[in-house]
Amino acid sequence: MTDVFRDKIDIALSVNGEPVEARVPAGRHLIDFLRLDLGLTGAHASCEHGVCGACTVRVDGDAVRGCLMLAAQADGAEVWTIEGLSDSGAIRDLQDAFVARNALQCGFCTPGMLVACADLLTRDAVPARDEIREHLSGNYCRCTGYEAIVDAVESVAKARRGAA
Amino acid sequence: MKASAGGYARASDLRHALDLLGQAGDAGRVLVGGQSLIAAMNMRLSTGDMLVDISRISGLAGVTQQDGRLRIGALTRHADLGGDPLVGRHAPLLAQAVGHIAHAAIRNRGTIGGALAHADPAAEFPACVLALDATMHLEGPDGARDVAVGDFFIDVFETAIAEGEILTAISLPVAEPAEVQILKEVARRSGDYALAGLCLVRRAAGVRLSALGVGSVPVLAQGAMAALDAGDIDAAVTALRAELDPQSDTQASGGYRKHIAGVLLRRIWDEIGGTA
Repeated sequence: MTDVFRDKIDIALSVNGEPVEARVPAGRHLIDFLRLDLGLTGAHASCEHGVCGACTVRVDGDAVRGCLMLAAQADGAEVWTIEGLSDSGAIRDLQDAFVARNALQCGFCTPGMLVACADLLTRDAVPARDEIREHLSGNYCRCTGYEAIVDAVESVAKARRGAA
Repeated sequence: MKASAGGYARASDLRHALDLLGQAGDAGRVLVGGQSLIAAMNMRLSTGDMLVDISRISGLAGVTQQDGRLRIGALTRHADLGGDPLVGRHAPLLAQAVGHIAHAAIRNRGTIGGALAHADPAAEFPACVLALDATMHLEGPDGARDVAVGDFFIDVFETAIAEGEILTAISLPVAEPAEVQILKEVARRSGDYALAGLCLVRRAAGVRLSALGVGSVPVLAQGAMAALDAGDIDAAVTALRAELDPQSDTQASGGYRKHIAGVLLRRIWDEIGGTA
């Protein structure tokens, strides 16, 4: 229990399935902790006020903004970044679909985009294209025009339900 | 940019949180989801905050029904509110609002208590709880007190929560059998703050209508409410536009926001069958 104010906070969490202990400054974002302290540079720090979605990572099963959560708040959490999700093969079909559909060009938004897409794909039904667009409305892509991304997500949703 | 925090402490229970806030004085800032606070800290609009993280306090999240009222804990996340069956039945206005609030990843951390305490006049939840005639439940060093929603929102980002107090829950009456609740807004892009929005609640006692994005606080449009109770939509639109005084900014002129409010009221009226 932290019972007084501190400017450095000790945290213990799980990142990509491995235990991590660290001492972080109070104002350190989760995304900077992952990128600068742990060297996990997949997710990007971009707008740093929650608008662009490039920093989206998975915390305790939910897609969240890495720039709008303090590392201090991640004590005890289970964090997954694109590195862990790639290594585990958990979203291989989605990644393959992104390549097949040209759903990325420069790739800057892709790590966050994939976490947001994976979040939508955990739901039961195949989402309508409008739902996919709505779900990805918080993840900016300046290259693709989104159409190919929606194609990729839709194809994976159908394939996972044997309806492709 | 990078946030500059003065310090961080994780509260183990409500008493501990109140003690920490007392120690911090006017630098104390309650942190839960952080979806507005951390953005403000990142932009250095707020620096040196002594952050009191109340997100681990048990008993402050979730929705319960007791004595004819729905009680919503301050730590209830937007995403959880949107799927809650009690909210769906008794406060569908809040469930409708969730779909308009930012994006899925924000809704996974943002909380209703945070949104109300932040009191952004362009946000949905403040206008919703005004239309729903909610009661705000506060805890402070001297004990608990309740504030009627009509007395809660004071100015932009300013509420009746005093220094050292924490908003712990809101409560509202359970829905009547034929109650109507509807929210409509116009935003330039999905997830953006609305240019203007309206929340309408129709109960046996009459209509309550609130507007968001058109003033320094959410506005209860009492002139329009009286006209709607009389079944006169034209008079209601005229009254509504007269009651609002929105600012012009880079998104829209004040006149355009007023125009939108009137259009939204007609759309709502059509959708609910147009009877008083």
